[in-house]
Amino acid sequence: MSSLTDLLDVRAGEDAHLVLRRVSVLDPVAGIEGVHDLVIRDGRIAELAAPGEADEDGAEVLEAEGLHAFPAFFDPHVHLRTPGHEHKEDVETGTRAAAAGGYCGILAMANTEPPVSTAADISALREQARAGASVPVGFLATVTRGMKGEELTEMVDLREAGAIGFSDDGLPIVSSRVMLRALQYQRLCGGTIALHEEDPDLSGDGVMHEGPVSAAVGLAGIPSVSESTMIARDAALAAYEGARIHVQHLSAAESVEVVRAAKAAGVKISAEASPHHLCLTDEEVRSLDPNRFKMNPPLRRESDRQALIAALRDGTIECIATDHAPHQAEEKEVPFEQAAMGVTGLETAFAALHTELVLPGTIDLGLLVERLAGGAAPFGIERPTLAPGSEANVALCDLAAEWTVGEDGYESRSQNSWCAGRTLTGRVLVTVAAGQVAYRLRSFSLGVAS
Amino acid sequence: MKHLLAIDGLSRDEIEAILDRAESFAEVGRRDIKKVPTLRGRTVVTLFYESSTRTSSSFELAAKRLSADLVSVKAAGSSVDKGESLKDTVATLSAYDPAAIVIRHPYAGAAQMVAGWTAAAVINAGDGKHEHPSQALLDVYTLRRRLGSLDGKRIWIVGDVLHSRVARSNLIAFQRMGAEVTVCGPPTLIPRGIEELGCEVSHSLERLGEADVVYALRMQQERMSESFVPSLREYAATFQIDTRRLNPRQLLMHPGPVNRGVELSGEAIDSPQSLIAEQVAAGLVVRMAILYELLAGSERPAPVSDDEPSPTPIGQPA
Repeated sequence: MSSLTDLLDVRAGEDAHLVLRRVSVLDPVAGIEGVHDLVIRDGRIAELAAPGEADEDGAEVLEAEGLHAFPAFFDPHVHLRTPGHEHKEDVETGTRAAAAGGYCGILAMANTEPPVSTAADISALREQARAGASVPVGFLATVTRGMKGEELTEMVDLREAGAIGFSDDGLPIVSSRVMLRALQYQRLCGGTIALHEEDPDLSGDGVMHEGPVSAAVGLAGIPSVSESTMIARDAALAAYEGARIHVQHLSAAESVEVVRAAKAAGVKISAEASPHHLCLTDEEVRSLDPNRFKMNPPLRRESDRQALIAALRDGTIECIATDHAPHQAEEKEVPFEQAAMGVTGLETAFAALHTELVLPGTIDLGLLVERLAGGAAPFGIERPTLAPGSEANVALCDLAAEWTVGEDGYESRSQNSWCAGRTLTGRVLVTVAAGQVAYRLRSFSLGVAS
Repeated sequence: MKHLLAIDGLSRDEIEAILDRAESFAEVGRRDIKKVPTLRGRTVVTLFYESSTRTSSSFELAAKRLSADLVSVKAAGSSVDKGESLKDTVATLSAYDPAAIVIRHPYAGAAQMVAGWTAAAVINAGDGKHEHPSQALLDVYTLRRRLGSLDGKRIWIVGDVLHSRVARSNLIAFQRMGAEVTVCGPPTLIPRGIEELGCEVSHSLERLGEADVVYALRMQQERMSESFVPSLREYAATFQIDTRRLNPRQLLMHPGPVNRGVELSGEAIDSPQSLIAEQVAAGLVVRMAILYELLAGSERPAPVSDDEPSPTPIGQPA
């Protein structure tokens, strides 16, 4: 395991000096729960002092009674659209959105234009991150050249240039032979291979989940088995090669079963689920609104959603990943079948899941906090923690704050949030990432209460 | 009713109001002068992104019979060919302040989106494989004239249900009018989960005899190359409606255009129990009624619907 900033890049800034007074601290993995003065000095967690007892010592003091401090979140699945589609998102706007969502680290997918397939591509992106990233960002490279699914990229070279891992996300690796070669070659270079699992033959021209709703609205369906059969294939190949794979955006109950069985059999496999798959079902598609409800994999049935939640609880799914996929209005203000796939999620993940899953009692707060930071470990990165002595990565949240998504605009350059117009309960007020204050909610100023 | 976007969301009362209005236009159609002045000075735009003969011509004639000014736009040869987006095309046409826009589009939800972008009443003349509400209304009208009522009648919809917007709209409309519907076809052409719409599913014509009405759907050539059926020959052998499978008390319908010898035998098409010609004639009066209800029917009290409200157009606040 490497620390966050060993592998990821961020714009250099001032180390944070903060005292969060009387804050409710919750870090279930480190076994920390209780009201403390959380002291951040020189960008590190200096101390969890008794409430009201910490010295100011020149630090900014925030009266945080009633607020919560969590280890900041880690998103292993973000589309920064750079290079090539900077009109949708870039490193600066995407990491600002991440900071606003309480994230201290994100991994950017490689399906850009051109795709991130060479060491030079990685180096250029890392330079951009050091110039303008609000939170540490790591870059994945494609598994195959140009994402064509035919030849492997120079994986050793890419790893030396700093690629965190590999993914052709956006497209599946259709050829079993190419998949097997990539898994074999991983022994040489390391780096988790993250997989968008889909059989394009089964998906066909589908645009939503295949089931009663697609039958009712006359949209072509993407069957659940399009996902689960490919996961089963790749789990078998990973077992055969002893390789390490990460399954992206699980959506179907059948897929959960495959991952659970593979884990039980000892396959080195991890899995993520997205907030929209955990909160929504294909019933939303009856609205025929592609801006909020068209994505791949598609929203599925309530039974699938329940299977994802159960997997989140039992650890079959170890992390929540937003699959933040920005698109401009021109690509979304068209009929459903013509619209681009994907929704944004960085700014709303915590609030949406807190509102939809924690407040109704479906999962508890500790589990949500644990899973929102669970995306680091599958890529060999240390999980953010509030344990004294560690680098400060903190999300300060107001669990009672209500806000309407989109009302004050977005940090992201795009507006295709699946939460647009929803009123959510719970809001990130301050994010400390890699020891620096990465975000403060505008209406919330530090120091006034001290 | 502001728009006609889908049958789903229309109450039985709303459907019957349109059918009753259509009856009165049928009476007008028997006069020497078939034109009424209802929409004089108002503009109707038809915007067709897909080829169509009977739907476009009957909407155009319906607008003319109601004395509206008519603008017909076909995607081929228009600014659409030059890459203009649907939203921009609608904004352009809306500048003429039309009372109604009749739109056919190859993708689901297009009419609903247009309704969010224009002040005009929007009529869905077919959106992808989603809905074709005016077809369903003219089919119900045709059946009601012949049977008096659809209550308790058994209707079989036979053929390529998967790719058919007519099947979807008619399934909903027939059920709302009290009929029991069975969809029938090879498993590859029946959408998974359609039984949740309340219909029966059959993969054989064995029990076709129980139907009061047989509604055959158009079978397209390209379905073979996509492996939905092995051959049109085998399809016809298994699912063609012919006079041997049809009994004389059953009524036969088809939305047109027919593939003679594929989904229907020539004999069946030309048999006295075929309502296909009546359907075409009904198309005109029902589309007049739709235009009338949306554009001139506002002085009538709005029928109370106990069904779910019609969908909010995308792009408008819910």
